Amino acid sequence: MTLKLDAKIPSGPLSEKWDKHRFEMKLVNPANKRKYTVLVVGSGLAGASAAATLSELGYNVRCFCFQDSPRRAHSIAAQGGINAAKNYRNDGDSVQRLFYDTVKGGDFRAREANVYRLAQVSVDIIDQCVAQGVPFAREYGGLLANRSFGGAQVSRTFYARGQTGQQLLLGAYQALEKEIARGGVTMFERHEMLELVLVDGKARGIIVRDLVSGEIETHVGDAVVLATGGYGTVFYLSTNAKGCNVTAAYRAHRKGAAFANPCFTQIHPTCIPVAGEHQSKLTLMSESLRNDGRVWVPKRRKDCGKAPSDIPEADRDYYLERKYPSFGNLSPRDIASRAAKEACDDGRGVGPGGRGVYLDFADAIKRVGRKAIEERYGNLFEMYQRITDEDPYERPMRIYPAVHYTMGGLWVDYNLMSTIPGLHVLGEANFSDHGANRLGASALMQGLADGYFVIPYTIGDYLASNKLEPVAEDHPAFVEARAAVEARLSRLLSVNGSRTVDSFHRELGRILWDHCGMARDAAGLKQALEEIPKLRAEFWRDVKVPGTGAELNQSLEKAGRVADFLEFAELMCLDALHREESCGGHFRTEHQTPDGEAKRNDEEFAYVAAWEYAGEGKPPILNKEPLVFEHVHLSTRSYK
Amino acid sequence: MSALRRFWASTIGKKVVMAVTGLLLVLFLIGHMLGNLQMFVGADAMNRYAALIKSTGELLWVARAGLLAAAVLHIVSAVQLTMINRAARPADYAKREPAVSTIASRTMRVGGVVLAAFIVFHIGHFTVGTFHPAFSHTGVYGNVILGFRSPWVVLFYVIAMAVLGLHLFHGAWSGVRTLGLAKPSPDPLHRKVALWIAIAVWAGFTAIPVAVFLEILR
Amino acid sequence: MSASTAGAAMHLTLHVWRQKGPKDAGRMVQYPARDISPDMSFLEMLDTVNERLVESGDEPIAFDHDCREGICGSCGLMINGSAHGPMKLTTACQLHMRSFKDGDSIWIEPWRAKAFPVIKDLVVDRGAFDRIIQAGGFISAPTGTPQDANGLPIAKADADLAMDNAACIGCGACVAACPNASASLFTAAKISHLGALPQGQPERKRRAKAMVERMDLEGFGGCTLFGECQEACPKGISLDAIMQMNRDYVLASATAVEEKVHADSA
Repeated sequence: MTLKLDAKIPSGPLSEKWDKHRFEMKLVNPANKRKYTVLVVGSGLAGASAAATLSELGYNVRCFCFQDSPRRAHSIAAQGGINAAKNYRNDGDSVQRLFYDTVKGGDFRAREANVYRLAQVSVDIIDQCVAQGVPFAREYGGLLANRSFGGAQVSRTFYARGQTGQQLLLGAYQALEKEIARGGVTMFERHEMLELVLVDGKARGIIVRDLVSGEIETHVGDAVVLATGGYGTVFYLSTNAKGCNVTAAYRAHRKGAAFANPCFTQIHPTCIPVAGEHQSKLTLMSESLRNDGRVWVPKRRKDCGKAPSDIPEADRDYYLERKYPSFGNLSPRDIASRAAKEACDDGRGVGPGGRGVYLDFADAIKRVGRKAIEERYGNLFEMYQRITDEDPYERPMRIYPAVHYTMGGLWVDYNLMSTIPGLHVLGEANFSDHGANRLGASALMQGLADGYFVIPYTIGDYLASNKLEPVAEDHPAFVEARAAVEARLSRLLSVNGSRTVDSFHRELGRILWDHCGMARDAAGLKQALEEIPKLRAEFWRDVKVPGTGAELNQSLEKAGRVADFLEFAELMCLDALHREESCGGHFRTEHQTPDGEAKRNDEEFAYVAAWEYAGEGKPPILNKEPLVFEHVHLSTRSYK
Repeated sequence: MSALRRFWASTIGKKVVMAVTGLLLVLFLIGHMLGNLQMFVGADAMNRYAALIKSTGELLWVARAGLLAAAVLHIVSAVQLTMINRAARPADYAKREPAVSTIASRTMRVGGVVLAAFIVFHIGHFTVGTFHPAFSHTGVYGNVILGFRSPWVVLFYVIAMAVLGLHLFHGAWSGVRTLGLAKPSPDPLHRKVALWIAIAVWAGFTAIPVAVFLEILR
Repeated sequence: MSASTAGAAMHLTLHVWRQKGPKDAGRMVQYPARDISPDMSFLEMLDTVNERLVESGDEPIAFDHDCREGICGSCGLMINGSAHGPMKLTTACQLHMRSFKDGDSIWIEPWRAKAFPVIKDLVVDRGAFDRIIQAGGFISAPTGTPQDANGLPIAKADADLAMDNAACIGCGACVAACPNASASLFTAAKISHLGALPQGQPERKRRAKAMVERMDLEGFGGCTLFGECQEACPKGISLDAIMQMNRDYVLASATAVEEKVHADSA
């Protein structure tokens, strides 16, 4: 180990750590804040909330996004809801319970102190969002409505129809636009970060490409905040937006930021199955559907071709209710996903290619009426019908798991700072809160917790505690980074081979889905580790990127992202291979109980695997941050 | 004053002016139409009605000035808005498929020009008498009968009233909605009241020249 | 992952607007789109055409897209003269090729408005929308610890109305479909969303005034209630929003008090 992984967890009782830390952290004098420039990359929930809040505090903020507007960041697509330990239902919820559920849901691979803080600030998030005008669902009495979500036995999820992510993001976006208008934030839309710049070992700037003019720009700052989302699109097919990518995080990794638990990827159980080769992305049907839908497949293989209405109750296998009686259809995502895969592997899948299971609302419609179901899920049902041409009010939905979220990410300490001083990482881009599996409605919570309530404090502590020398754009480190970016772009443009960027991406995705997807084994991972470098070599030999670098060039944008994925994929497989246990989203077929449940190995693997970049062509170095559980008893996760 | 100028400078401000003046003109049209229908009661009734209006003296001129101002404001705001709207799309689509906009809404501008021309002719025809073959300041009934002897004049009136009906079908509805006076509706494009106003005004005004031409009135 | 071929492959002819850059002149160019599956989304059809263009050494057609599930608002195409194509309440990314027939000609153009200049091919600059929001499309509630969320009961009907209008994805279809290239529905949706909530009241008049003036300044046209925007809106935002905006604007103008700068706020 060459890195010193100091999580900087404050001492003292768990419930007092954050308060104590907030008091102990240094503050930046209000008059001095505007002298500091913070570069925020990404404008999703984490990025927009951080940029807006830092600007409100008085910092000089520059915010970057590759989309044409910060409002388009992929947080917008989250459907189901956001958790908060408000206990408005009086059903036994508390900060402690949300903390416990999250650690347990993450299969005991998350850092206790971070998760506890997340549960604590969850309460403030709802207050903040309501104050901004987020139109959460309400009861007739005017109070906020709640629903329950996978992995929890309390009703703590707040929602805005099936568009919770959209509404929360618009809240943050509007706060951001307010600050842009005030002059505190300068927004750079259609700008993509292509390199991180370090001066004296500290993150001091970024190199970005203006995607419209193609111009390479240098931005100098006092701290850099990455809120660039997850890397699910490494699989090509995922529920992520087409533009989601690992480039910013991976570029930071190459500059010294450790990448933690890259193999922890989440497969979402309720997505619309693949329709054909042309498929460009997969569509998620919110997990909230599992509140009212019952999952089943035919008991017998020969029934799979029948219309679902022709299969009598007795011939249906409600496998989640059968296997996990206490959580039933609300079992955590990884468990529900794997159970679907097992059913389909067993030849009992339905729909094209036999890769699908039914999610049936007939009982719910009978119980509460079509109108109530329409009110709860109307837009999801419409979306399903548009895509599949089938009416889910009449015929059960077909669903299948798909890559959805990545728990792994850049390693950060309690202050959300990576192993590079000054480089902070928020939201899905970091690894910190979800362990090996994320519970539903927790991503929105984490993104906003990091952006609204954590980074505004911790970045002040960093800035106040470090003496930062003024740096100019012509500093050798910037000149060098800029030249490297330009060289790489011209290299991509000059290969002029015969294959499109997408064809490489699709092939990479297939390798990963087959060998590093819902179930993994050593042989498959080793095979993937052989295939990926070959594919990478072929990419650099045979990719075709038309056009020039001095214009809007979407092929060039994709090429850069895929090039990074081709390196990153190897890291992911390496991590999956080294983690000889099954936990959360990481299921190694070698490590399972006789009845097919994940078997954790706490003695050997209760640590965060933080990988350190060792240089071109050299194997990455594994660093371990041991996970100490003082407040949660390590147990076998059971949802039976 | 600056607040008023700011209001007028905005597209909504102009549209509000257009709506208010338009609705005033709609009210006038309804009254005008009801009065004119006395043609069917008889020559005495019609001439009495005309004399009554004339007897209001200064008040008549106030009403006329008000109508003129409304018409001018209506036209000026329409012209300015049209210019703004044209400029908002300098390059048009190669292909374009209107979905719900009505012929009425799409012909407001050209219809407005036709109506403006009609009003000038109409005033010259029946108010001042310039375009009338044998105008009499006291015999309104006779003016109407004589005035509609020419098939061309009747044709022009019939066309103009059809245009007016269309103009009202969109305008009466749109004016009320522009001013925010309608209730929220699950189908905001529905316009029953405007339809009845348009039909009534069109039918009432068209009936007279047609009846004269067909010699029902003589 | 296997393919279903519910329908037979289609052969289509595309007429696409190609424009090299913001300052270049553009033109409609014809492309064949062969072997298109009815299960493809419209954008997957364009992907397929683009793959073939690249393979044959041409530049692919640039178009904005991201989430491909109808919520990010990135995609925006005029398809056969309709914003987002022929299907109601559907963005281009959610439109499927089963809405077309074998042998069809499809015309694809960018949104056209002075306030949405073309950047390249089908990609336009919708920054004007962000600037309208900047003018006042927010509630000033700096991050902190406001009152408890349930401390402010909001009638369900109000919350629902707010949500109806908050559903806007900012795609620009309303502008594209409007014969006047008016941004009224977009602006009105935000004004109506925030205006329906008690939190939005303190800034209500100021917001309506500032946003409408910004909308005009950006060069959008005015509303003449054609109704095309409501029909084109993939989220079904109602024309009623515009009525609300007009009311708020008139009220704000009628009661306008010039804002004074107080010494203590300096």
